[in-house]
Amino acid sequence: MGRKLLLEHINVPGINTFDVYRSKGGYASVEKALKTMSPEEIVEEVKKSGLRGRGGAGFPTGMKWSFLAKPEGVERYLVCNADESEPGTFKDRYLMTYIPHLLIEGMIVASFALGAKTSYIYVRGEMMPQIRILERAIAEAKAKGFLGKNILGSGYDLELYVQPGGGAYICGEETALLESLEGKRGNPRIKPPFPAIAGLYGCPTVVNNVESIAAVVPIINEGGEEYSKLGIGRSTGTKLISAGGNVKKPGVYEIDLGLPVEEFLYSDEYCGGIANGKRLKAVVAGGSSVPILPANLFLKTINNEPRLMSYESLSDGGFVSGTMMGSGGFIAYDEDQCIVRNTWNFTRFYHHESCGQCSPCREGTGWMEKVLHRLEHGHGRMSDMDLLVDVSKKIEGNTICPLGDAAAWPVASAIRHFRDEFEWHVTHGAEAVTRNFGLAHYADPLPKPEVLA
Amino acid sequence: MLRVEDAQVSVEFSPELLNKMADTVTRYPEGKQKSALLPILHYVQAEFGWVSPNAMDQVAAFLKIQPIEVYEVATFYTMYLLRPSGKYVLEVCRTGPCGVVGADKIMDHIEKTLGVPEGTVTPDGLFSWRGVECLAACGFGPVLQIGPEYTFYENLTEASVDKLIGDLRKGIKE
Repeated sequence: MGRKLLLEHINVPGINTFDVYRSKGGYASVEKALKTMSPEEIVEEVKKSGLRGRGGAGFPTGMKWSFLAKPEGVERYLVCNADESEPGTFKDRYLMTYIPHLLIEGMIVASFALGAKTSYIYVRGEMMPQIRILERAIAEAKAKGFLGKNILGSGYDLELYVQPGGGAYICGEETALLESLEGKRGNPRIKPPFPAIAGLYGCPTVVNNVESIAAVVPIINEGGEEYSKLGIGRSTGTKLISAGGNVKKPGVYEIDLGLPVEEFLYSDEYCGGIANGKRLKAVVAGGSSVPILPANLFLKTINNEPRLMSYESLSDGGFVSGTMMGSGGFIAYDEDQCIVRNTWNFTRFYHHESCGQCSPCREGTGWMEKVLHRLEHGHGRMSDMDLLVDVSKKIEGNTICPLGDAAAWPVASAIRHFRDEFEWHVTHGAEAVTRNFGLAHYADPLPKPEVLA
Repeated sequence: MLRVEDAQVSVEFSPELLNKMADTVTRYPEGKQKSALLPILHYVQAEFGWVSPNAMDQVAAFLKIQPIEVYEVATFYTMYLLRPSGKYVLEVCRTGPCGVVGADKIMDHIEKTLGVPEGTVTPDGLFSWRGVECLAACGFGPVLQIGPEYTFYENLTEASVDKLIGDLRKGIKE
């Protein structure tokens, strides 16, 4: 069983209140950072920890911090990205609901490291209960002298605010988030300039995911080097995984990176296997944007090595036979699920959420949705699969922000791995409306030969 | 979509609402009061049940920005209701993981129970419903939310939906 760095005290009654959180060693990192460390030393610790952005891109957090421009007399901002909206991901909601002070503690340390005097937590609008929880926690921290003027007598001032979004997936993209925070439509900006140079209100800004900010707390408490001992290779530390779909025990799990996927999926400590005694058909390992994998390729890489829950192992094989860690939104599909229907569902989502700036994404997602709709409803053509791949390739890489890629990858990968199921939808149009294709040859465990025949 | 007939409705902002709006503006640097737009539209919707063109004009005047700057934001973000809705708007997540665990069935059941199609109001003015995209509660699906508090109702079954609608009809809300 791995060590819990973020969720260690999650089951302590009243951990959402300042006093209980403090009695469990909470806010120690603020004391340590403000009283004994310089901002540069904090950035150095985070660099040493090897922490990689937990929002999906996996960019090293310490490196992102070190890029922040520091011109004289210009405000700098830290913005926490709590616009969690990647289908399959619900770890940030969980963390903010049950242990809000962990995020606030991390925000104080990170803001101090970056020299930000005002910081914002941008929470998706649908999470109004979490916004109320955070606002109450901020008021508590402020009353105890951990926010506001001259924090703990260090001379450092910080104001922390919660900003609600309005219901738009695209605002999880950092420049769209900044536009939204400025009271505009969430249209991503052309980069460069990157937010580290010109972000919120044109000032240097760092945008970090909730979990990345929370991870700063154990990194400062125990040192970057200690943190980097957890995990495997360049995937250091622990990661929150949101397990959903057809697993027996859905929920948020904190794992040491490097845990074998088989253990994560089947052991009782984590997902507990597939619900209702069904068999595993496919897995989306890191949120809806990452390539979907059939069970056999998910559990073992193409070289027949067991796959691990780490950035490197999940992407082993590239997009041909691998996937991505993404945001840790783990969705398992059992034998009764229809891949065509699921792909159509995801594509409808991306079409709905495309901001409309770039033609390839705005038009391409809609086109793919229509084609997938007719496939699912028994009116597809054999040429549709090539058409979908063609459209997805023309979206990928041709848009301002990665939403285009995110819309293209699930479609391309579904056709790559489940082409027979798509073709069956064409050849058995009427039947496809009434029943699902089933398992075919990619299930785990493999079906008996007579079932396949 | 903005409708002409809705533009005729005029609303009056309560002193509490105006206070909250003024308070929100102080979170941002001088001259960046436009940042308060998204939170303010949420307050407006909580007070009136929807965001009317007239309310948007008043928000624009308050923030010293052009009305179009408010319209373009209100029409971009999906949470803002641009026409009168039911007292309770049931918003059901229909994306991927919720779809896997039966969101479609729940939506069919709500449609049957309330007797109105998606996006329309029941004759008693109490309910409307719609499918929305991922609500970040994928492990507890199917889920729905009800504004303006955005309480979540998780692990829905047809029976729990019946109970929820029954309770709301009786005026009981968690």
